[in-house]
Amino acid sequence: MSAMAVEFKEDYLQAYRLKSWLLTTDHKRIGLLYMATITFFFFVGGAAATIMRLELMTPKGDVLPSPDAYNRLFTMHGVVMIFFFLIPSIPAVLGNFLIPLMIGARDLAFPILNLLSWYVLMIGGSIAIGILIFGGVDTGWTFYTPFSTMFSNTMVVPAATAVFIAGFSSILTGLNFIVTVHTMRAPGMTWFRLPLFVWALYATSLIQVLGTPVLAIAVALVAVERLLHVGIFDPALGGDPILFQHLFWFYSHPAVYIMLLPSMGVVAEIVPCFSRRPIFGYKLIAFSSVAIAVLGFLVWGHHMFVSGQSMYAGMIFSFLSFMVAIPSAIKVFNWTATMYKGSVRLDTPMLYALGFIGLFTMGGLTGLMLASVAIDVHVHDTYFVVAHFHYIMVGGAVMGYLGGIHFWWPKMSGRMYSELLGKLSALTVFIGFNLTFFPQFVLGYLGMPRRYYEYPAEFQVLNVMSTAGASILAVGYVLPLAYLLFSLRRPPDAGPNPWRASGLEWQTDSPPPVHNFEEIPIVTRGPYQYSPEGAEAIDGNGDDASR
Amino acid sequence: MWNFPLFPDQASTIAKHVDALYFFALGIAGFFTAMICVLILAFAARYRRKSTADRLNPPTASRTLEIIWIGGPMLLMLTMFTWAAILFYKMYDPPVDALEVYVVGKQWMWHAQHSEGRAEINELHVPLGRPIRLTMTSQDVIHSFFIPAFRVKQDVLPGRYTTMWFEPAKIGRYHLFCAEYCGTNHSAMGGWVYVMEPVEFQQWLSQAGTGASMAEQGERLFVQYHCAGCHRGSQTVHAPRLEGVYGRPVPVQQGTEVRFTLADYRYIRDSILRPKSEVVAGYEPVMPSFEGQITEPDLLKIIAYIKSIGAKEATQ
Ligand code: HEC
Ligand SMILES: [Cu+2]
Ligand SMILES: [Cu+2]
Repeated sequence: MSAMAVEFKEDYLQAYRLKSWLLTTDHKRIGLLYMATITFFFFVGGAAATIMRLELMTPKGDVLPSPDAYNRLFTMHGVVMIFFFLIPSIPAVLGNFLIPLMIGARDLAFPILNLLSWYVLMIGGSIAIGILIFGGVDTGWTFYTPFSTMFSNTMVVPAATAVFIAGFSSILTGLNFIVTVHTMRAPGMTWFRLPLFVWALYATSLIQVLGTPVLAIAVALVAVERLLHVGIFDPALGGDPILFQHLFWFYSHPAVYIMLLPSMGVVAEIVPCFSRRPIFGYKLIAFSSVAIAVLGFLVWGHHMFVSGQSMYAGMIFSFLSFMVAIPSAIKVFNWTATMYKGSVRLDTPMLYALGFIGLFTMGGLTGLMLASVAIDVHVHDTYFVVAHFHYIMVGGAVMGYLGGIHFWWPKMSGRMYSELLGKLSALTVFIGFNLTFFPQFVLGYLGMPRRYYEYPAEFQVLNVMSTAGASILAVGYVLPLAYLLFSLRRPPDAGPNPWRASGLEWQTDSPPPVHNFEEIPIVTRGPYQYSPEGAEAIDGNGDDASR
Repeated sequence: MWNFPLFPDQASTIAKHVDALYFFALGIAGFFTAMICVLILAFAARYRRKSTADRLNPPTASRTLEIIWIGGPMLLMLTMFTWAAILFYKMYDPPVDALEVYVVGKQWMWHAQHSEGRAEINELHVPLGRPIRLTMTSQDVIHSFFIPAFRVKQDVLPGRYTTMWFEPAKIGRYHLFCAEYCGTNHSAMGGWVYVMEPVEFQQWLSQAGTGASMAEQGERLFVQYHCAGCHRGSQTVHAPRLEGVYGRPVPVQQGTEVRFTLADYRYIRDSILRPKSEVVAGYEPVMPSFEGQITEPDLLKIIAYIKSIGAKEATQ
């Protein structure tokens, strides 16, 4: 009995041998495995972006030896960032780590499956890296047919395979989360006592499970046509190239929400904590996550307004795209309203969260312009679209991810990081991001098409601004990597709850013990038990604990 | 260096309408972004931890507020949607008197052909003040024909015809881009669109070239590919006369049933490349397939020829 108790005290990071990591079924450790993996891929994708931005400093192609090299770079940038960073980012890292802690469980429903998901991603990822080393692909991450099936002479089939395999990791993770949320909640943890982060991840998981198989089919068919010359997409073989676009976007539009919803969940945790106020309109936010997941499946045609699909189809997709903006707008207003009459402190996670709200708002509103068919005809496939989706996926999803990492780092590692450097990084990212991508809206409306290796000279000034911004952004991303790793040199000092947050995950030690909770908690209240009164007193304590 | 544009030319009749909608949307975007940012900054300042601001009775949900911020944006969005959809409809619907130009995209160049016969590469000459209708197809992968100054863009697909139209409104030279990624030299697949005075344009049309119109060139091909042998009345083969067929419903045999199909660009193209797919009722499927033998520009010429032979000649 006493031996058990001693073992219990051991936190989940205690065993150091490699094998204990590679064979772990502990959701927290798997979360960290994912974190290491996607951090690696983030910097690979980032390196590709850096070279691209350097190339685009001048109108003529001069940094890279050939247009082919450029085409391979933007393809790898897209494939790596989307399938190997953004899609697994928050769900697989924070979701893995936090869902059991947040709902008061000892682990996910299927711990071994969870480990398998990571290995599956690693296999897909290794293939992707192999492609990068042995020649590359030049189809764009969108794999448009018939270029990808019959014309490109690069490694399309391996790339399709990598995406196909990575997709299964995503499906299995989603499945695991859904079952966990349904079956593993602690006594008293009713659906409306779930943190909004869990609601968001639940909605995300639905998309992962329902959407990803369609992507798998689409890329598998690409491989079939390419290898066996069965006419599916190429009209010369009797196929239909638009069919591919339908299949591809049927997944890839909802995929945007796989990247975004979890970030929204993170923000819904951070804003109440640093405003010392319960979230405003809990139920509406929870339902809007589900609404986004459902409506998100009905708008894929907005990527195809000028593809040759019928005019009326275009109008219907336009209408539905406007509708999907409503639940997003609700969330933005509700987060903002949460700060009203609160007791606000702008710590690093809060800065990231507020940055998220601003950038996501801009991304969403420019999305409305794209949903307006007549405007989209002009800006489709230009830098306007590039800017728009980076506002959503980098300004939104990545900001949210970093906010989450900074919020839960004390829980995951048991350590605090330098608050000063943290704030500096949040600010650098925000400024660098805007400088990089705002000029691209202007470029896009001017008519600069995307995926251009060379461009007319009159676009140069705006491109130089964008490249300058990218270099600032790069600093903003390297900074957290450095100080977070650096924080590991000290012994754990964060204490169980440095932010005085009210979620279940904060009621156990930092880092949490192997089995999360000494005793399964019995839940008697909602997740956001904050009140602005007496916040200052708490504050003092928090500072003590963190220093 | 500091002399660079921030806004594109408005060189077509539709451009100013698209821009008007764009500025409306921009206004909405600007307003809401500013509103959210101001609110966040104001709350962060007023309710900062150290402040003694009034924090009594904070709301945790409000039906009225939520209805306002669902209803308000909803109304604005419906306005944007309707406005954009109406404009889109206009952009789709070409006036009947539009001048016809035919475009073929291939890796990595644009080939344009005027009905009067003159062809050009990576350039497009058009007259001021006349609606122009482009009928486009691709010889290989998907491309996209994009003229930013006109605010028009349309994907160009292999195996089918897509169309778009515009009316140039300003003399000048404007960028022509390929907007859909199409392989190695995607970024070099472009050129210039020249908007000219109608008189100059007429001169330009008659300069150089073969002098033969597209339909005349098509007729030569019609003979060259032995279409004429069957289709101009043959003793040995029973084949339909093609005079007046364009634009008419044609009876097509489908199993035991007869269905009517409009003889448009798609139908005639398919009749030539895949004759077995739609066989005219009452005829044997003896026509050979010309798949892979006739280039896209030549196909367009043959179709132009078939289009040009009206019912009048049929009686001759
Ligand atoms: C061997 C004789 C033969 C030759 C050569 C031939 N055709 Fe035909 N074509 C036919 C027959 C028979 C039909 C009707 C049956 C069918 O639809 O396949 C036909 C049908 C058509 C139709 C559809 C007519 C309608 O009324 O709907 C078109 C258009 C056409 N041919 C164009 C051409 C062109 C252009 C060429 C040359 C490139 C050509 N054909 C060469 C025999 C021929
Ligand atoms: Cu989309
Ligand atoms: Cu192209």
